[in-house]
Amino acid sequence: MQGANRYDQPVDGHFGQHGGRFVAETLMHALEALTELYETARRDPAFQAEFQRDLAQYVGRPTPLYFAERLTERLGGARVYLKREDLNHTGAHKVNNTVGQALLARRMGKPRIIAETGAGQHGVATATIAARLGLTCRVYMGADDVKRQSLNVYRMKLLGAEVVPVTSGSRTLKDALNEAMRDWVANVDTTHYIIGTVAGPHPYPAMVRDFQSVIGQEARSQCLQQIGRLPDVLVACVGGGSNAIGLFHPFIDDAAVRLVGVEAGGRGLETGQHAAPLNAGRVGVLHGNRTYLMMNDDGQIIETHSISAGLDYPGVGPEHAYLKDIGRAEYDAVTDDEAMTAFRLLNHCEGILPALESSHALAWVARHARALGPDQVVVVNLSGRGDKDIMTVAALDGIEL
Amino acid sequence: MSRLVGRLDACRAGGRKALVTFITAGDPDLAATVPALHALVRGGADVLELGIPFSDPEAEGPVIQLASERGLAAGTTLRGCLELVAAFRRTDTETPVVLMGYLNSLIAMGYATFAAAAAAAGVDGLIMVNLPPEEAAELEAALAAAGIPLIFLVAPTTTDARARMILEHAAGFVYYVSLKGITGSEIGDHALAAARLRWLRGLTALPVMAGFGIKDGATAVAMAAEADGVVVGSALVATIAAAAAEPASIPGRLEAQVREIRTALDRPPR
Repeated sequence: MQGANRYDQPVDGHFGQHGGRFVAETLMHALEALTELYETARRDPAFQAEFQRDLAQYVGRPTPLYFAERLTERLGGARVYLKREDLNHTGAHKVNNTVGQALLARRMGKPRIIAETGAGQHGVATATIAARLGLTCRVYMGADDVKRQSLNVYRMKLLGAEVVPVTSGSRTLKDALNEAMRDWVANVDTTHYIIGTVAGPHPYPAMVRDFQSVIGQEARSQCLQQIGRLPDVLVACVGGGSNAIGLFHPFIDDAAVRLVGVEAGGRGLETGQHAAPLNAGRVGVLHGNRTYLMMNDDGQIIETHSISAGLDYPGVGPEHAYLKDIGRAEYDAVTDDEAMTAFRLLNHCEGILPALESSHALAWVARHARALGPDQVVVVNLSGRGDKDIMTVAALDGIEL
Repeated sequence: MSRLVGRLDACRAGGRKALVTFITAGDPDLAATVPALHALVRGGADVLELGIPFSDPEAEGPVIQLASERGLAAGTTLRGCLELVAAFRRTDTETPVVLMGYLNSLIAMGYATFAAAAAAAGVDGLIMVNLPPEEAAELEAALAAAGIPLIFLVAPTTTDARARMILEHAAGFVYYVSLKGITGSEIGDHALAAARLRWLRGLTALPVMAGFGIKDGATAVAMAAEADGVVVGSALVATIAAAAAEPASIPGRLEAQVREIRTALDRPPR
């Protein structure tokens, strides 16, 4: 959370034309109060110390930066390093943010937290921290995702959370977010809403980014220590974009470092069945912020498709929209099939089971490693582990577990 | 004087509580909406709110969410909503119509295009659920050019300072949200809502309408005591949902339901 980038704090919550605060009036006061509290907390050494202690002693940070030697050989080009966020407690980067926001909830004296979840990783991370701090927890999850991610659903219940399947709309992550917002409107006095990604109304995109920036801060100093220089390319998958912004942000002022976000290309951008708003979307307003969205000519949000529940979202964090507009980061997409191939590849040659989300970032590297060549150092954010996806992959292989 | 201001001034001058009714456009189909609007007027509505169906209605309870889904399934677009208003205007040039919806619908059409088309169709006001004044400058300018007021909401959580800021932007009327929650919820604390309405009316000369949680004559009378009028939404939408199998019965049912509320509002206080 240190580091003074040129646009470290958004102007009134805006990143260029993106971001902002587009919510019902009932929530405006809560967002103002949260912004004020967060601004105080981020400057408070005691809060920072508490956050860092939790990351070290509860989450298990720092996570390693691992040179994937056999993967590098196999791909025959760029040297590939993995930032091992899969080794965090609960198995993904999501917990960095929930630790920070739960500390804020406690500061506000709010006894109840709610969250939305897609793949279930953010739900698990929220339920985990709620259990640890003794807070009541309710997680909203699209009814289709509840089916796709039954393991994480049961895990949240074991942690004492209530999981509410959402049957409205497309029954996925965006609808879970709608339902969480409705809950928050009704219970705003007692409840803190832990949004799991760098989207939503201000201050969420900036606040979640700050909590996730520990990924890039560690990666930066690990690169200097282990390689003696900065990396050439950073690669991360982008759904809402929290793991990507967490890796990118501390490098934004390092102009020579290429930043590549990889969206879910689903069945291919040309089919329209994907979740790649930065590649094929238009600017609109959803879930409290202005950003690139998957929408039709009438402004209706259209259904997305991705093999990975965590990337199956029609919007994207406003800071990514801004980084695209100013050309500082580039955003590409890989298909379900490419992600699956990368998923298997990492299992076989490194003994690491990646999440299907993170497999999208690996797939981009697989596609470009040779062209980049052996002089280039690529850091991939391995944002989560793939245990939760075993059922999905087994089903694709026609195996019943 | 605009149709909306004229109607609300006339209500106030005549000691009549304004009755604002909400239904969703294209629910259950496009053919049902104009007859439904006329029925609401016959029952005693003073202002008609027409909801623009949206795929992600964040502030709505299940009743209006489902209406939005039915409207979209029936092929309702923002352009379609404007055509419905224009069709209503062919036989009713008196009753103000206010569109209510979510910002993305207008972004997709473009603010200037929308403002001109809405004015041409006979739209008298606009409520954007997810647009606080802080983000509204561009749309306000486009609407002002077309003479359409942008109506803002004040909530139970709105501070005194925020209310004063909102009222600097407010036009047409002020929409007071009677409860912390989504549309179709119950008003838990009537005394608190009444106190908040008194406070709000002390801050503005604009008419103040109370909405959310008002479902029948009794709840309308209770909230109208401290307001210039009330908004009834989910209760009417629920009637449409219940009659979806017999769409021909919708106008009659709506008219009777609105008349019950109108009669209760007009009854002299005991």
